[in-house]
Amino acid sequence: MGSEDVYITGIDMIKFGKFLDRSIASLGAEAALGAMDDARVTINDIQALYSGNLMAASGMVGQQIQQEIGQTGIPAINVSNACATGATALREGYIAIRAGIYDTVLAVGVEKLAGAGMLGGGGGAPKGLHPEGLLGSGSMPCVFGEAGMAHAKDYGTTFEQFAQISVKNHHHSTMNPKARYQIETPLEEVMNAEMISYPNTKLMCSANVDGSAAAVLMSEKEMKKRGLQGQAVKIRASVLTTDPWTDRDEVMPDVNTCTRNAANQAYEMAGVGPDDLDLVELHDCFATAEVLHYENLQLCGDGEAGKLIDEKQTWIGGRIPVNLSGGLLSKGHPIGATGIANQYELAMHLRGQAGKRQVEGAKIGLAHVIGLGTCCGIHILEGPSS
Amino acid sequence: MSEETLTIKPYLKAPADGDPYLEGQKCDSCGAISLKERMACAKCGGRDTVKPTKLATTGKLHAFSIIHRAFPGIEVPFISAIADLDGGGTIKTNMVGIDADPDKITLGMDIQVAFQTAPRKDADGNEYLTFVVKPAA
Repeated sequence: MGSEDVYITGIDMIKFGKFLDRSIASLGAEAALGAMDDARVTINDIQALYSGNLMAASGMVGQQIQQEIGQTGIPAINVSNACATGATALREGYIAIRAGIYDTVLAVGVEKLAGAGMLGGGGGAPKGLHPEGLLGSGSMPCVFGEAGMAHAKDYGTTFEQFAQISVKNHHHSTMNPKARYQIETPLEEVMNAEMISYPNTKLMCSANVDGSAAAVLMSEKEMKKRGLQGQAVKIRASVLTTDPWTDRDEVMPDVNTCTRNAANQAYEMAGVGPDDLDLVELHDCFATAEVLHYENLQLCGDGEAGKLIDEKQTWIGGRIPVNLSGGLLSKGHPIGATGIANQYELAMHLRGQAGKRQVEGAKIGLAHVIGLGTCCGIHILEGPSS
Repeated sequence: MSEETLTIKPYLKAPADGDPYLEGQKCDSCGAISLKERMACAKCGGRDTVKPTKLATTGKLHAFSIIHRAFPGIEVPFISAIADLDGGGTIKTNMVGIDADPDKITLGMDIQVAFQTAPRKDADGNEYLTFVVKPAA
């Protein structure tokens, strides 16, 4: 009772895409029903609903989902934490089970973002003069362009190396039927694509899509009672951090320190190290971001990310495959869903169900998201023992 | 009879009698420098420990990006620069006086801050003073 392990016993995501005639609630509901079917439960077994969504955060999306799948009067907790929304929603469910308050909860992440255009920088003109384009740009491609160039300053990372991330993730997505895009993009094509904010070309920016993902979490007791050992993925670590003060954080959001802190906490909580990981799903909101996180997550030492790229160590078949799902770049980034969708990817490998992109014998995976503003969510998952 | 000069950010000061300058908020207790005024020191939580300080107009380029696709009405390409000022404080602004070409921009290069009228006005037609960085003379 309380402080038991928590398991993901059912998980699902919809194929990401563009759904002009579907509501957020209907998309979220579809993933929710999929996860519950996977866990062999019904809405009547769910004791709390954690609903993650950013763009309609004030719109009671959790309740709208309940209206689609069953209004049973359970608590609905509406969660938003920028791009870490999904991970935060799942983590809240995890915490409640650890606290012994519930045995079975549902976490859903959903977003309609197709056609949203460039995010950051342009919104909500305050009184006075908006600084966009005058004090640099607050657009996401620019913010992560700057972050990449800071890495280039220290380690000489090149435009081509950044572009290789995109080649890899697009290649991986050709093996993922649920990715929004499943198209190979050779290096020349990535580098010659429309430059958005150097060094990020259009193909190096995450795809704005509609999508949803959901997970059923259970206490160990409940999981065993229901005989779900064969598919239960154990949550070995669930961590959330924000950006502690660093000197440049005010003008250059520091996605590194909060990730490093979260990674240290996650490895300690899980009792594993980066060498124990069989695969990683990290936050490639832009190709430049992925490079930083190789080092932030200790997949290599500081300054060695370029080597990982050049040696293709993070490709399928490499030492530490990263973003086999296609990542945010190619699978897509429906903000509220991403933090659960990346755990779906891990679960598929850990359960031996990842098809063509399966990492053989995958046992431990790490999922990472960054919400700008800023926060970092990391989960470490372990596959079923049987 | 002089009107107060409108500035693009509260930390850009345009005194009636003197040159414009950038003002940081420095914590006596931990030394952290912030541009925005806050309720307490954001680094150490110090209460009533933060005092205004004039920032330097020289520094080094820490990072940049070159924007090619911008929001409507903004001319491209332009350089978005992150610069560390000598003595403390980091600013973000446009970099001018250099080609918007990654091969021409050296990370870590010396820069200086310059003050100028913003090339666009607000919705009410008011002019603003802004600041940029450019290669050091």
